Amino acid sequence: MVVKVFGALKSVCSQRVLACLIELGEDFEVINVDLDSDEHKQPHFLLRQPFGQVPAIEDGDFKLFESRAIIRYLATKHQERGAKLLGTTVEERALVDQWLEVEAHNFNDCVFNLALQLMILPRILGKGHQTDLAIVRTYDAKLDKVLDVYDRHLSKNRYLAGGSFTLADLSHLPATMALVEDLGRAHFITGRKNLNAWWQDISSRPAWKRVVQCSQLAS
Amino acid sequence: MAMPVKVHGPPFSTAVSRVLACLLEKDVQFELVNVNMAKGQHKSPDFLKMQPFGQVPAFQDGSISLFESRAICRYISEKYADQGNRNLYGNNNNPSQKAFIDQWLEAEGQSFNPATSILVFQLVFGPRMKAKQDEGAIKQNKAKLAKVLDVYDKRLANSKYLAGEEFSLADLSHLPTASYLVAGTDVKELFMERENVSRWWGEISHRESWKKVVHMQKSPPPKN
Repeated sequence: MVVKVFGALKSVCSQRVLACLIELGEDFEVINVDLDSDEHKQPHFLLRQPFGQVPAIEDGDFKLFESRAIIRYLATKHQERGAKLLGTTVEERALVDQWLEVEAHNFNDCVFNLALQLMILPRILGKGHQTDLAIVRTYDAKLDKVLDVYDRHLSKNRYLAGGSFTLADLSHLPATMALVEDLGRAHFITGRKNLNAWWQDISSRPAWKRVVQCSQLAS
Repeated sequence: MAMPVKVHGPPFSTAVSRVLACLLEKDVQFELVNVNMAKGQHKSPDFLKMQPFGQVPAFQDGSISLFESRAICRYISEKYADQGNRNLYGNNNNPSQKAFIDQWLEAEGQSFNPATSILVFQLVFGPRMKAKQDEGAIKQNKAKLAKVLDVYDKRLANSKYLAGEEFSLADLSHLPTASYLVAGTDVKELFMERENVSRWWGEISHRESWKKVVHMQKSPPPKN
């Protein structure tokens, strides 16, 4: 029985889970949730994910939501390949967790709010809507400071949690791609030498390229 | 005897108190090193070496240095698995249970905390610093929190704690922001008017570990 992912190929959080599944070589099936028609807010979906968000997974009888919980679960399940993604010692694991939390709270917060102002609200509210440029400037400034820290850190570390690619790096893939491709902010990455080197490295991994390919086919 | 671990940060900080609660649950000896945020000590070069984003807490256990309170809590629970509350982060023989704890820890971080941390700033810390209240932000985040608590109330109708029948890191992680809101603001009503949330809050906020943290928050900071 393969892992079922209830999600949308264009959703950042769904892509996080797909990237992890492909890195681990785990077979899976995507059951599309139609976000455009608000399927994720319907009663049948709320039984699966009570906050009305994608993704959620089913692994046999086991059901789980929250993409960063899902990727931890999947990596734990796959002793060998997973150990590389999660770290093998308690200390290594702690550094992976640390940067997973930085991604969730410092990085994602900025990128999400930029996407909200520049893409999501204009789409929902239509032509008459005026983008709040003050909010955009605030989050641009925050993101600038956060990425300066990343750049300094990556001048001393090949990957976020040390010398190997881990879930911490993987977790950044979808939102960084959105920042570069959809939000017109590639210069935030390319303008920082170490950050850019890291981005070129992780975004050229075959597993991530496969996720991008699938999400482009879905549009 | 092992060196005590070090927590750098003031106990009034919600993120610092999250780590303190975990250390107390796990019976891990610690030394609290105050960081004077009013004087900008968290932005000093020495502090930035430990926490490059200039946020509290920073944590040290021998040669390992960590930041991000939820990562620190996971580390403490794994490293000191056999001490104190042994099931705080599940156990490694039951990966599904651990995954459930992670699921609700993430829900706290992604759905609960964004609303509650803004409300704590607007209603508790802001007034102390004589900052002007943003009525729009307060209204918006109360509405967000109400929706999240509706989800929690349904969950807690079928489960004693968020991740199952035992208190875990997932419940613990909610204590810091919820405690300020329930103790000192009208947001308390959002918790009390939901039967299962109210029951759950009563239980987790009365744990000995949390009572000790609240006491630390009310005491004068340790002299460095």
